[in-house]
Amino acid sequence: MWEYTDKVKEHFMNPRNVGEVEDADGVAEVGSISCGDALKLTFKTDGEGKIVDARFKTFGCASAIASSSALTEMIKGKTVEEAEKITNEEISDYLGGLPKEKMHCSVLGQQALTEAIAHYKGEAIEEKEGEVVCECFGITDMEIETAVRENNLSTIEDVTNYTKAGGGCENCHDAIKDIIRKVSGEEKPTSRPPLSNMQKIKKIEETIQNEISPSLKQDGGNIELVDVIGNRVLVKMQGSCAVCKASQQTLKNFVEVKLKEMVWPDLVVEEVTA
Amino acid sequence: MKIIYLDNNATTQVAPEVLEEMEPYFRELYGNPSSAHTFGGQVGRKIREARESAAEFLGVDPEEILFTSCGSESDNAAIQSALELNPDKRHIVTSRVEHPAIKSFCEYLAGKGYRVTEIPVDSEGNLDMGAYEESLTSDTAIASIMWGNNETGVIFPVEEAAALAKERGILFHSDGVQVAGKIPIKLKDSNIDMLSLSGHKLHGPKGVGILYIKKGVPFSPFIIGGHQEMGRRGGTENTAGVMGLGKACQLALANMEDENTRVKDLRDKLEREILNRVPKTQVNGGQSERLPNTTNISFGFIEGESILLQMDGYGICASSGSACTSGSLQPSHVLRAMGVPFTMAHGSIRFSLSIYNTEEEIDFVVETMPPIIEKLRNMSPFWEEKAKSCGADKMPF
Repeated sequence: MWEYTDKVKEHFMNPRNVGEVEDADGVAEVGSISCGDALKLTFKTDGEGKIVDARFKTFGCASAIASSSALTEMIKGKTVEEAEKITNEEISDYLGGLPKEKMHCSVLGQQALTEAIAHYKGEAIEEKEGEVVCECFGITDMEIETAVRENNLSTIEDVTNYTKAGGGCENCHDAIKDIIRKVSGEEKPTSRPPLSNMQKIKKIEETIQNEISPSLKQDGGNIELVDVIGNRVLVKMQGSCAVCKASQQTLKNFVEVKLKEMVWPDLVVEEVTA
Repeated sequence: MKIIYLDNNATTQVAPEVLEEMEPYFRELYGNPSSAHTFGGQVGRKIREARESAAEFLGVDPEEILFTSCGSESDNAAIQSALELNPDKRHIVTSRVEHPAIKSFCEYLAGKGYRVTEIPVDSEGNLDMGAYEESLTSDTAIASIMWGNNETGVIFPVEEAAALAKERGILFHSDGVQVAGKIPIKLKDSNIDMLSLSGHKLHGPKGVGILYIKKGVPFSPFIIGGHQEMGRRGGTENTAGVMGLGKACQLALANMEDENTRVKDLRDKLEREILNRVPKTQVNGGQSERLPNTTNISFGFIEGESILLQMDGYGICASSGSACTSGSLQPSHVLRAMGVPFTMAHGSIRFSLSIYNTEEEIDFVVETMPPIIEKLRNMSPFWEEKAKSCGADKMPF
């Protein structure tokens, strides 16, 4: 049995605003029956951009129904501009939190809201951008990236809990891992003071010595720093890494990611063979 | 609130007689059966009696009964032993709808380099016997096919499967956890080499199981330690548990007729009434030979966890094969193997009865389910659109 908060249970047993608003200004349908949850959201405004009524119909588990109920309560009385800012975390917070395996239920609500507002504004609902990564649930790389960035996700399990991606055949797990790495390597401008060239080289050396080298040594390989030119980090692969077919992968997905994370986001690692 | 417990394939109430049987072994009779003194030795004698009860229940000899800690241990031990004793054979045959104690263990072994064949089932949950027969090769170390399915109650023809394995000199194991106490088991002249049982599924305690090992079938211990269980399983006996299981076996034998008449009638009534009162429902595996206590009903267009939680509000306990219940995102592997469409699989509820259920309880459930389903369907975006508008009777199931 899931550990639901009293508020989740209460909204599930006595959901608010079930149904459909007549002559709705904003309408959205997200999810599908095969995915296990789906939500139809309708709302009506007073003609001046304030939401006066909102209703839902949901197929899904207790937390999906409670999230939908919460969502309608949250947007009623708000202007469309205010409603637009609601995040999936706020829906979850409104309910006193959701089990982490159920966070995708709040994401579903947030998605429905975004689409219903787009419909209200007469904007074409954006075609799903990006490439489908998770074939089982039709989740794109863009969706995964957004979830990872906004919720600070660091594991495949987290991504599955929030987006469902990776929850089926698991074939996309490597791709999800790559997206997490990519996002975690992204620039975080406020947290990084600029480095002088000397500081940069010193930090690269330290990172290689403490973070990178020990991992490579476990597989009988190693890495040597040859030079740093601007943001180009020139390295030489040694031992088993020098002859390993996957060394390019290691270089990009591990060495470069680590250096970007620990030293400077714009670093590019290049291998010198001579 | 009164609890109406219809989840007996998950676990069962410990019979009062069983608890009474166990109590002295937590109190004054705490001796170790292996001890040389009379104080411990008397417990050893009682364990022999429990072994005899278990043997009688299965129609076998006491020395063919190995007490374990649970059904999962019995399952793991049977397969592990077969592989250990046939190091040149690297193939395992099983079915697609096994309990995780077999399924996950076989997946683990596949990761270790063993070849695993999972035999498919048809839409009614019946094993593809043709595919099974074809899968047996000279490289096959063991075939493990469950007897009764925990989710649907569908019964597999294990005697036939065991005979096919025997013809080819292949060991045959069956997970019999769900059939014990529900249908008669007579292993005297059977070709089944090993059978797993679990105490808590037949009104015995948790933490004790049985692995039946046919006389003459070699066995390599799973738990290595002392000389307990005739040298086939190390570890001081779970004396109270074993005593309770012995009693549970006696009771199961005595209650077999009640299970197959009164309990079956209650199950049939529950199933019939729900199907009559609620449109867009189906019984998964309903056309197959099934355990007398189990029914797996799918309610279209709604999701199982919501149904369960609504039922919970009335004190009714059951299970669901929906994805949301387990925390995975895919509905049950059993329903998927049967090709149950997602629209139906997500809304599946398993009711499993026991001898302790009454007609009043079933009547209450029959009255309570339709409004629950209606409430959830009125919330479902698919119900109106797909079912009402195009005529509820014309849907393709």
